[in-house]
Amino acid sequence: MTTHSLPRPRFPQIKLLRALALGLAIGFAVPALADNLPEVQRLIKQGQYPQALEKVDSYLSSKPKDAQGRFLKGLILTEMNKPTEAIAVFTKLSEDYPELPEPYNNLAVLYAQQKQYDKARSALEMAIRTHPSYAIAYENLGDVYAKLATQAYDKAFQLDSSNTMAQNKLALIRDLVSTSGSANVKPTLPAAPAKPVVTPPPTATVVTSVPGAATNTPPTPPAPQAAPAPTKPLPAPAPVKAESNINDDVLKALGNWADAWSRKDMKAYLGAYASSFNPPKGQTRKSWEQEREQRITSKPGKISVSFDRPQISVNGDKATVKFRQHYAAGSLNTATTKTLVFVRSGSRWLIAEEIAR
Amino acid sequence: MKPGYKVLLPGLVILAVIGFLDGASESGAPKETGKRVETRAIRPIVAQDSNTAPGNLTPTVSDTGPELMLDRIFGAIEANRLTEALALTEALLRQYPNYRLANLIKGDLLLARVQPINSFGARSNAPADKINDLRAEAIVRLRGYREKPQADYVPRYLLQMRPDQRYAVVVDTRRSRLYLYENDRANGGRPRFVADYYITHGKLGAEKLAEGDKKTPIGVYHVTANLPREKLADLYGSGAYPLNYPNEWDKRQGRGGSGIWLHGTPSNTFSRPPQASDGCVVLTNQDLNAIAKNLQVGLTPVIISNSVEWLSLDDWAHERKELNDTIESWRSDWESLDTNRYLAHYSRRFKSSDQNFEQFASQKRQVNAGKDWVKVRLNNLSVFRNPGKEEVVVVTFDQDYRSDNLNNSMRKRQYWIRENEQWKIIYEGNA
Repeated sequence: MTTHSLPRPRFPQIKLLRALALGLAIGFAVPALADNLPEVQRLIKQGQYPQALEKVDSYLSSKPKDAQGRFLKGLILTEMNKPTEAIAVFTKLSEDYPELPEPYNNLAVLYAQQKQYDKARSALEMAIRTHPSYAIAYENLGDVYAKLATQAYDKAFQLDSSNTMAQNKLALIRDLVSTSGSANVKPTLPAAPAKPVVTPPPTATVVTSVPGAATNTPPTPPAPQAAPAPTKPLPAPAPVKAESNINDDVLKALGNWADAWSRKDMKAYLGAYASSFNPPKGQTRKSWEQEREQRITSKPGKISVSFDRPQISVNGDKATVKFRQHYAAGSLNTATTKTLVFVRSGSRWLIAEEIAR
Repeated sequence: MKPGYKVLLPGLVILAVIGFLDGASESGAPKETGKRVETRAIRPIVAQDSNTAPGNLTPTVSDTGPELMLDRIFGAIEANRLTEALALTEALLRQYPNYRLANLIKGDLLLARVQPINSFGARSNAPADKINDLRAEAIVRLRGYREKPQADYVPRYLLQMRPDQRYAVVVDTRRSRLYLYENDRANGGRPRFVADYYITHGKLGAEKLAEGDKKTPIGVYHVTANLPREKLADLYGSGAYPLNYPNEWDKRQGRGGSGIWLHGTPSNTFSRPPQASDGCVVLTNQDLNAIAKNLQVGLTPVIISNSVEWLSLDDWAHERKELNDTIESWRSDWESLDTNRYLAHYSRRFKSSDQNFEQFASQKRQVNAGKDWVKVRLNNLSVFRNPGKEEVVVVTFDQDYRSDNLNNSMRKRQYWIRENEQWKIIYEGNA
């Protein structure tokens, strides 16, 4: 079996299976409509896809169910880089002829090109279920497993290996091999799966739903949308991230202040206040510091200051935190609402205002 | 060529087997004469859950997190049922899409269909540190699932909870496990096992000593606040509960640092490796939410050990009674106004926040000399053993002190230490 890479840049590694093309040509070298399939194939081979599409559409207008024609149409659409339409054609074909492995295989190739490896895998597993000895589907499935493994590893290691990911090299099947022996593959009528079962109302009028097969143009299933390539979880947008970091920093500053107070560490406690801090009651900074020092360090025993329900609002370099302050010293145990206004000073947040109410 | 559906995964099998091994590295508890301390009252449960029929691949949604599923996955791998293992892994990933360990297993199982693989994390040039983290997580999670605490053993630390402490949290850093115990007041305040959870602790392990050492402290703490998700950076996940590290004992030992929290997990992963935090104890968000409803700010004890010691209920009751009797004799000796007997309960190394033993003793002698009578009542007593090499017990109570010339109510905390086979008070102060 020879393989050959098409020179098209878009699918650089898609394998063309010439030997199979030959088989097909024989299979359909039977009589002749004006718009015959060998002509379509010739046009495909010459890369004249719009003309090929025109011919195959004209062919299908008289034989809308024809598997070979629809297969070629899917192929042409693939070559014309219309994956969504191609997927629709192959999907419908695989529904009408579930015993054919080729449409599944080509669907898988299209899905894989879109990095939808889970769908590719399902399609290939269907192809193998219908034809357990289908070598190309196995090869393709191996590639898809490898891709899925890579994706899983990326998630496991939080890596982005999209740039190192091997080129997609799944083989697109060029021909509907399994029809070559018997050109008259009958479509399985999509009667049952095509329509939802309608539960008759109590008055029991007979519902005569006309299966899609009865019309010339069977209702096309919604074409699978080309899903965007899987994206890495996006890091939070910068401003939001910055804000949560600020919240975090301010909370830490608040916690350090409460801790310093609790352990009567006056240096750390007073150091939590900005130089711009306005002491209450018009005190000077110095007399305020002395008063705090006297109040805090003269307390016998332990002081415990903790807080909960902090509400932070940040405005530039200013952060206002309102919280419940729990203060315990000796037998005194209070809970008050307090507001601290922090200002940024370098990498630190310092208290500029302290409002107890 | 047909892809290797039957390729064996030796690396994974070894891993699964490791889960059954008992860590020979488990450290011994402080050996104490006449007392049987179990370091491993956790016994493997006879796990037959992995006997899933090959056809039965419906994902079991477990409220114990992913561990049941991991156990079934590794069971399937061991039995070389790789298709089933992959289906189970995919079911687990539907439940927790950003679960890194499950993604790694999935990668291995898929790669095994393409090529023979011979190690956990078989992808070529996979980052070794991350694989080691995930392997460590798999081992501790499987062990956590397979080895549950025995019903007739309790953590040694939970000697007595005060009546309104509804739950206690005990953390075992070496096992990466958090145990939630209920204060079973109907059974005399016996700790009753409720649930256990996987946790992450400090990058560089436990026994915090200094700021920035990336270690988790060992000791008796309580939650001091409840910081809701909205106020937190993403790193903290669904919530955070600061602990009162450093406590009085830590300060006395000169331990530094601050900001040790119990918190959740950032949004980019379901779970973090066993050792990854800067010292905090980290749970998955769903686990944090599960225990959050049981945490009482200012009340719920959080006791962190690097290897939980377990006592049989008999030994536990014995140890609890011994300490309760000792505390009671301290109390009654205080009431007796026999200052020497009272002071005999204090260690020579005693220190309060502002007094050493001599200063404390002379003050007590002076005060007691001026009393006709003293009545001391202790309410809401809690007694927790401090994990670690030293034998230290943390005693907290509401003290109601009455005398002919002074009444005083306070919450007091004492640290008792075992010196020469006797419990002595080494620290006392307001709580």
